[in-house]
Formats: sequence, C-alpha cells, structure tokens
Amino acid sequence: MNETGPVLSADGTPLKRSLARALRREKFRAFLLVSPLLIFILVTFIAPIADMLFRSVENNIVQDTIPRTVHVLRGWDPDANDLPPEEAFQALYLDISLAAEMKRHTRLGSRLNYEKSGMASLFRKSGRGVGKFDADIYTDAIEDMDPAWSDPATWAEVFDDADTRAALPVTAGAWAALNDHFASQGKELKKRDLEDYLFAALHLDTRDGAPVDDPGVKAIVAAQAATPFEPLDYQAAFADIDEDWVDPDVWKTIQTYAASYTPGYFLNSADLQLTPAGIEARPENERIYITLFQRTLFMSLMITLSCILLGYPVAWLLANLPARSANVLLIFVLLPFWTSLLVRTSAWKVLLQQQGVINDILVWIGLIDNAGRLVMINNQTGTIIAMTHILLPFMILPLYSVMKTIPPSFLRAAKSLGATNWTAFWRVYFPQSVPGIGAGSILVFILAIGYYITPELVGGTQGVFISNRIAFHISSSLNWGLAAALGTILLAAVLILYWAYDRIVGIDNVKLGG
Amino acid sequence: MPTDTGTDDFVVFDRVQKSYDGEILVVKDLNLSIGKGEFLTMLGPSGSGKTTCLMMLAGFETATHGEILLDGTSINNIPPHKRGIGMVFQNYALFPHMSVAENLAFPLEVRKIGKSEREEKVKRALDMVQMGEFGGRRPAQLSGGQQQRVALARALVFEPELVLMDEPLGALDKQLREHMQFEITNLAHSLGITTVYVTHDQTEALTMSDRVAVFDDGRIQQLARPDVLYEEPENSFVAQFIGENNTLSGVVETMGDTTCTVKLDSGEIIDAKPVNVSRPGDRTLVSIRPERVEFNKERLQSGVHTLQAEVLEFIYMGDIFRTRLRVAGRDDFVVKTRNAPDQVRLQPGQQIEIGWLPEDCRALDA
Repeated sequence: MNETGPVLSADGTPLKRSLARALRREKFRAFLLVSPLLIFILVTFIAPIADMLFRSVENNIVQDTIPRTVHVLRGWDPDANDLPPEEAFQALYLDISLAAEMKRHTRLGSRLNYEKSGMASLFRKSGRGVGKFDADIYTDAIEDMDPAWSDPATWAEVFDDADTRAALPVTAGAWAALNDHFASQGKELKKRDLEDYLFAALHLDTRDGAPVDDPGVKAIVAAQAATPFEPLDYQAAFADIDEDWVDPDVWKTIQTYAASYTPGYFLNSADLQLTPAGIEARPENERIYITLFQRTLFMSLMITLSCILLGYPVAWLLANLPARSANVLLIFVLLPFWTSLLVRTSAWKVLLQQQGVINDILVWIGLIDNAGRLVMINNQTGTIIAMTHILLPFMILPLYSVMKTIPPSFLRAAKSLGATNWTAFWRVYFPQSVPGIGAGSILVFILAIGYYITPELVGGTQGVFISNRIAFHISSSLNWGLAAALGTILLAAVLILYWAYDRIVGIDNVKLGG
Repeated sequence: MPTDTGTDDFVVFDRVQKSYDGEILVVKDLNLSIGKGEFLTMLGPSGSGKTTCLMMLAGFETATHGEILLDGTSINNIPPHKRGIGMVFQNYALFPHMSVAENLAFPLEVRKIGKSEREEKVKRALDMVQMGEFGGRRPAQLSGGQQQRVALARALVFEPELVLMDEPLGALDKQLREHMQFEITNLAHSLGITTVYVTHDQTEALTMSDRVAVFDDGRIQQLARPDVLYEEPENSFVAQFIGENNTLSGVVETMGDTTCTVKLDSGEIIDAKPVNVSRPGDRTLVSIRPERVEFNKERLQSGVHTLQAEVLEFIYMGDIFRTRLRVAGRDDFVVKTRNAPDQVRLQPGQQIEIGWLPEDCRALDA
C-alpha cells in the first residue's frame, strides 16, 4: 500500500477517481434496469404512504374554511372565559356563508366533531341558518340606492380597482373567494348568487366611512353618514341558530384546532386529548387505543411464539428428510398458500364455533358437557389459532432454509465428543438455527402486527387488532387523520422493534437461506 | 514404528455386514482386527464402504449383521456419545458459534470436568497442535490448515484411546496436506493412540499408515503394510488402485512354482510371477510397475522374454522421465526412469526392446 498519498493510475489521476469513472457507466446501466420498478414503487407505494403519514398532522381545513374567524380568534384570550368579540361572529357569518356556498362547512363540522361532540350538527345547522339572518336589510337598502348593485357586472367593475379593494378589505376578500369558487366550478356568477352576506360585508366596510373614489360606494358611505343602517347583532343571530355558539368552549375548540398542523390525532391515538387547557387524558369510556396497541403487540407475540413452537419441529424434519420426502412435506407446508385466506379463516369459524366440529367432538367423547362448550372463536383464542395457522409457513420456510445449511456432521461431531442427543441439539444445533428463528419471527411478527382480515372475521370484539380500527377510520368514520396517526405509530413500533432486534441479535444474523 | 500388527485386538470387526435398503450390501462380511496404537487406513474409491465402516465404529450407523468390539467388549448397543471415540470430520465440523477454546472445552464440559482442569487440558491440546495463541478466535477466522489442527486437538483433548479420521485432509492444498500428514502420524504415534483413518488418496494411505485396508465393493481387497501393498498387490484391483501400473491381458501358458509364462492377446510370450492364477489356460492380467521396466539391454537378465516397443511420447517431469510406449498393441504402457546423468532420453518413434524381472511382473486375476 502507498502510505504517503492516494494511489495514482497510469495517467496520474487518483485511482479512486478513475475507478469511479469506469464504474459510472455500469452503475447508470444498473440504475436504468431498476428504474421502472423504482418509479412504480415511488408512485404507488412510497408517495401514498408519505401522503397518508402527512395526514396524521395536517390540519389545514380549519384555516382554509373559516380563515376570517381564525384570524380574529388569534387575538382572543380564551382563559378569560368570555365569548369572543362581535368581530368574531361577523367573521364567522361571512366564513360560514361562503363555506355553505362552497358546501364545505359540514366537512369542517365533522373534523371538529372528532375533538368535541356536537360540532358536526352545529355547523350543519349554521350553514342553513346564516341564510336566514336579517342581513337582507343591507341588500335592500343598497339596491334601493342603486339597482345596479344587483348586477354582478357592477361588483366586478368596482372591485377591479386595486385602491377600492384596499379600502374595502372584507368585501373584497369575500367577493374574490366567491369569484374563485365559481371560476373553479366553471360556472357564471348570476344575479341570484349575490347573496346578503356580500352586502353585509359592504356594510361592515363602509359603516365608519371608507377612502374610496368609486361613486357608487361613495354614495353608500354618504348615505350611512346621514342615517346609519340598523346594525345587525350577529352574536344574537348565531345564538338563535344554536345556543352552543354562546358557549365559550365551542370557540376555544375552534381556536385550539386553528393551527395548520396539529398533534391532535397522535394524542387521540394515545387516548389523550388536546383541550384549550392543554393535554388531558380522554374520559375513561373513550380510551381504546392504548389497550388496542397493547393487545396487538401481545397477540402478535403469542402468534410468533406459537409459530416457533409448531414450526421448529416441522422445519427440522424437512431439513433432515431425504430430498424426495422433504419435497412432499414442503408441498403440504405450502398448501395453505394455494387456498384463499378467506376460505381458511372461514374454515376455522366452522371448526371452532360453539356448535362447531371441535366442540362437538369434545362433547361426544365426553371431555366437556354440553353446557360447558368452549368459546374458541370471536375472542383472542380464535384470532391466535387462525393467525398461527395462516402465518406458520412464514416461520417454517426461513427456518428450513437455515437448517438446511447446518451440516449433519455438527450433531455427529457433538455426539462423538460425548454430548447426549439433547446436549448436542441444545448446545450445537439450536444456536446455529437461531438466525432462522430470528428471520421467521421478524417476518411473522411484522405480518401479524398489521393483520386485518382474520382478526376482523374471527376476532369478535376482544380479538381485534389496531389495524381493524385503522380500517374502520379509513372506510367508515372517514377520520383519515386518526387512521394515519395510528398507522404511523404502528410503523414506528415495527421500526423500533426491528432496531431493538438488530441491537440484541444483530440483523446480519438473519438468514432467509444460504 | 510400533507395528505389532494383529497381535493385539483392540478394535475388532467380526463378520460385519451393512445394508441401507435391504437389497444391496454396502459392507459385505467385514473381518478386521486393529491393534492398540496402530495407525490403520481404510483406502478405497467412493462407494466402497470404507466410510460406512468408520460410521459403524463411531456409532452413527448400526451394523445390519455382525459385531464390533472395542477393547474386548461389544459396542453394538452403545450410543455414540458413550463410546469415547475421538473423531475428526471431513469438513472439521468445528462449531461456528463457539471460539476455538470453547470448541475444545465442549467435550470436557459434557464430561463434567472442572473449570481449572478444563482450561489446563484445552491449553495443552492447543499447544500440542501449535495453536496456543488462537484460543479466542472463531473457527471462521482460521485458515483451513489451522481449522484442521483445531479439529484434531478437539478430537484428542478428552484423551480417547481411539481416534477416527474421515478424510480430514481432503480440503487442504497439496503442500499443506503433506505437512499435515506428517504431523498427524507423529502425533498419533507419540500419543500412542489407535487411529483409523479413511481416505481415497493412496499417497496419504501409503505415507501415513502402519497398515492399509484397501476397500472395494464392500470388501477388504487387501490388508497389508504399505510396502507390501505396493510391491505385492494381491489382485488386479489393488495393483491398479495403488500407484501407477501397466497391465497387459493374456492367458497363462505354462505354470511353474515361482514363475509362469503368459501368452498375451497380441501373441507375445512374457514371464511373470503367478499370484492368483492356478493353472494354464486361466485368463490373467499381468501387472508391471512403470519403474520396474528395463530397456537397457545390458541390464536385462539373460534368458527372459522381451517385448518390442515403440516410443510414443517422452515427458520430462523433473525428477523423473515418463515415457509412453506402444507395447503388445496398447499405447498406454508407461515407463518411468530416474533423471540421472547417464540416463537415456528416448525419442518418439524410436524402436526399443523392453523387459523386466519375472518377480516384478505379477500375474493377477482377470
């Protein structure tokens, strides 16, 4: 070795660089070979997972749906235990009116309902209710002044001017949001689409005067200077829709979840809750996730353990039989892969139920009496039995391929050195089969921890896994954020276990063969 | 060398037979006595039954018929771990998850020998094979030769009286193999242990053993000292299996007490020593070692028959010359001559006359 500096190639460039250059082409070719799969995986696997994980903290819906209210609430001190100022109700009127126009208020309601029950119906009611506010007084007054205000063209012309927009910020914002919505729908803004809230906004902007040049708006300002329009009591109007709007807790919840990112879903996954007063435990009757996570871990461990106990002797037999018999046996091991998962699970239902085959036989031979039939399905026992059966091949195959590489001469050597059969097995054979146990256990455990179909079918209420809950939130409750948070925790748990395994056993000790 | 062969029946195979499938006997009626302290090699091609014999002795296979005695007691029903026989395996079978010292301590541990004594014995055994510094290593960190030594030390550490070795040098390169041959024999003799060694390498068998049992077709074809085996093979299998050998086929013409004449298939008549032919008219294969063929007329005995030969090829091999001849219609007749200053170097195409001492030409079974 050259101790003084980098090794040089014949033309004087460092050898490492010329080697890298020589290999670049090969590497590029290799990359081209895998790139279709890489792209496929990125698009269909990595990206959706990343998107899903992102949903576990993403919370733009409050900000996007009721931006004006969120803005006003920023300056509100919730600890005073008072209602927010009238401006908040005014902002909420505009926000909900626009959201109702865009049909988005119910979605926000369901989102906030995860945090405080009653929110979904509150927003649904409010979406209908804001249309019945007495804001038509402004519409009538302004249209009386100049009927042109009932024509969208007038509005478009007035708000085409940047100075006017700056002078009438509330109205301009609402007008712009309405226009954007219609543009995105590809529809044209008609006369009847100019609803009361636009005029109410115009009133809010102009009631204290506004520095505008537009003659139409000037006229409105002037008219109000002479006789102010009758002001609308927004808070009272909202209280008319639902008394909840004068409950500070509702406002506190909105303020707490106004941020774009929230730990709420994760806290929920840990049976905690983000309240205006900080992080709290959920009420006793709403705590399920910690129990579910514990149960999932416990049952996956039980399944892995049963797979080791049942699979080890089979793998041993497979590895030590002559090739012909081993192949036949291997087919029996692989047989379950050829039948549908659903069929196998249903078969367990037939076998294990209280009026099922196993109970019938036990009663018939007199081991149990008819009244004492065993409950083996729709509980944890059922899930463990069925899943052990389904995952057993994943334990046997790695074990078999590792055992296949342990020469029989090791056992003979141990015996010739004076070890009994058991000592030879325990001291010599078993330690060498540990990599197979490791590989099988990781495989079975990771598959088990995320299993869904079998626990769903045979688990009842006591034997379901966290994945069943995730599926429920994805397809039934549509609380994707919570599903994403639960999924993220599950993924993290698996990674942590994998890391721990690597630290304790060493991942290079895992062999799937060879 | 202690070669009181056969006088002391330490290991005895008594009419042992072995069949795996109930149809074919892989070991047929084996009778063999091995003396205490003897180094006996079982030599034979693969499938000849030699390894099966070793495995029966170690206890990993059971004899279908017959008895195996160790120091006078039948061991047929004693399980392998109670036989106290040391064994060195073909691929060493060193336990990969244990260090070298742990490997050596294993047989002592299972014999419940105390820790201090154990360490003492392990150290002594490692020193014995010059591996004293390697106790802490894993087998995978050792070279083939080092692993071989450790395997040897492990088979000896619990002081067995009998050590079995199943082609222990098969995986080593030539030079190391030759060195280890020497070490193993030295060790075996200095410790006075009885060794049964299985190999298919005849050089190994000849250089290491006190006696060699040549196996073929489930039988011992010849059991003899290496020199006897080489110089006086009892049948054509042994003659061909051990060393290089020229064979010519023919029919016995006349039969004397110590010599006979054989008429070769090509018509020529040669002199030979009858070994397992009994009367004129028997078909025979005569066998002549390449180094016993003489083509220098002055050194040929007068009155013996000679054969015409044509030189086909001359190969210079350093210490010897190897000349291929066409003799009696065959072109695979080989003559080996020493590379001495006065040695003739034959030229291809040259016509010569060859002959040999009648006792070097053995008329064997056909």
